[in-house]
Amino acid sequence: MTRQKRTATMPASTPASVTTGSGTTASSTARLRTDDLTIGYDKRVISEHLSVLIPDGSFTVIVGPNACGKSTLLRGLARLLRPRQGQVLLDGRSIAAFGGKELAREVGLLPQTSLAPDGITVFDLVARGRYPHQKLLTQWSADDERAVAAALTATSTTELSTRLVDELSGGQRQRVWVAMALAQETPILLLDEPTTFLDIAHQIELLELFRQLHSQGRTLVAVLHDLNQAARYATHLIAMKDGSVVAEGTPRELVTEDLVDEVFGLRCRVIDDPVAGCPMVIPLGTASLP
Amino acid sequence: MTRTTGTGRASIVLRSPARAALPEVSLRIDLRFIVVCAGLLAATVAVFLVALGVGDYAIPLNDVLATLAGGGTPQSRLVVGEWRLPRAFLGIVLGAALGMSGAVFQSLTRNPLGSPDIIGFSTGAYTGGLVVILLFGGGYLQTAVGAIVGGLITAVLVYALAYRRGIQGFRLIIVGIGVSAALSSVNSWLVTRANLDDAMQAAVWGSGTLSGLGYEQLWPVLGLLCLVCPVLLGHAPALRQLELGDDAARALGLRAEAVRLSALLWGIVLVAIATAAAGPIAFIALVAPQIARRLLGSASVALLPAAVTGGLLLLSSDLVAQRAFAPTQLPVGVMTVTVGGAYFVWLLVREGRKR
Repeated sequence: MTRQKRTATMPASTPASVTTGSGTTASSTARLRTDDLTIGYDKRVISEHLSVLIPDGSFTVIVGPNACGKSTLLRGLARLLRPRQGQVLLDGRSIAAFGGKELAREVGLLPQTSLAPDGITVFDLVARGRYPHQKLLTQWSADDERAVAAALTATSTTELSTRLVDELSGGQRQRVWVAMALAQETPILLLDEPTTFLDIAHQIELLELFRQLHSQGRTLVAVLHDLNQAARYATHLIAMKDGSVVAEGTPRELVTEDLVDEVFGLRCRVIDDPVAGCPMVIPLGTASLP
Repeated sequence: MTRTTGTGRASIVLRSPARAALPEVSLRIDLRFIVVCAGLLAATVAVFLVALGVGDYAIPLNDVLATLAGGGTPQSRLVVGEWRLPRAFLGIVLGAALGMSGAVFQSLTRNPLGSPDIIGFSTGAYTGGLVVILLFGGGYLQTAVGAIVGGLITAVLVYALAYRRGIQGFRLIIVGIGVSAALSSVNSWLVTRANLDDAMQAAVWGSGTLSGLGYEQLWPVLGLLCLVCPVLLGHAPALRQLELGDDAARALGLRAEAVRLSALLWGIVLVAIATAAAGPIAFIALVAPQIARRLLGSASVALLPAAVTGGLLLLSSDLVAQRAFAPTQLPVGVMTVTVGGAYFVWLLVREGRKR
């Protein structure tokens, strides 16, 4: 893939053209991208030579079978893993060169696992999302107060704000963690399997919230397990398999019977979702259907 | 200054006026934090005055106050000013050092059992002190140096053994307990090989005592703490973030491993100072942060309240150790072990029930 120079940030409506694994360059702008990124844990390499870009203003969802490297890619984008080769670029500059708080003001992350300290209130937890904006002497500015209130409102957790996080249900708790990430007020937000462990109603509730945040102009990047949810909510899909990107594009372009078979090894039919109109995967199962 | 609501805890917000020439300042302070710290400080002052007054030569309160103000009788100036004042002061500042270092360890390990006692520093310091007393017949200063070296070697060893892709709290505790156990058998072996006088000296030093300490210990301790404590208090916001888990903390812009290593290092320096001055005083570091946390009803183990609690605890323990079996004086470490041990059992039972 040819390297692009950063161009001025463009509005969210810019369409992303399809890029395939062989690498045609996208025409949209992308503040966040990886350049020949090789990444892994300790000595184990998970993904090699990844060059993906996250279109600005997109709701990008990374899909793929278990252990295909999708969470690893997301962790790389969040600088939780150091690249062994190549780099992650934000505005054309390697994120390794960003200061700790400097990057955290641009890119936020909802991690897969977080620990709420015993006995912390919702308000105090969400307020900790303001850390990258605080200094030793400015621990609670008017901006901090406004951002926390806005994050609580956006996630409908304002009425929970005085409760203890330990007392909340799983769905409420996840909304509170989202609120913390929102309080960080980053233009780009990464979500690592945000719907895992939630029942279907709370999954949809959360995805609707993400759609709303996206429509307000944020760039979202999520790892999701459910292909149908990805097809319904994403504006841009990245399909991964065995540590490589197989295809990138809109759900309409990507979610096809052939590609699902190629990526997941699952034979299926793809029909139009009767409600949302997006492509919808119906697995055929192992029994020999026509 | 405004009071905030809707946060679940009453707090006061302080903000410098906009467009002021001074640097911008904004803080949110928990009301209960202020009340608890003020209460603990008041209690400390009260116990301090009692500690200066009681003893074989009882000094009435007004003579104590007069002495502190620079007056007093020649007798009170000797007893209060020269004998009791440095010891009581050391009780407060050493207790504060231990309490703060305990808070650092418990915050880092996210575990109320995390303390310099548990992760092996104290046992290592005892080994270092023993080696100096028994093999080199060391005096006060040599013993202090031996204790610091022993404690640091143990801490480095525990850190290295527990290291796997960064430090995880629980592994640090498990490795620390293992290394401590091995070292205590070394300690016992060293004592059995010593002659009676050395063994007695080692036993008194090894249980931690403020007896015989004076201004020549107070000033260096105070000076060092004035350097170290502000550094650690500067780490407090980062430590709070670290409690959210490494991923969340790093996503919020924290260099997690660097902060952890730095806080661990300064925490160990604090215990090292206390151990060098008074020998390994057990359990204050373990108990003080937890008492402070319960008084505050807060989520985090806060450094400052833990320090204030530690100061009050050690000062009171030393007073009881001196007076409980008077004229026999117990080393304060015996007192803290007894009280702390009971607390420790209670904590273990409670943690065990939670799982």
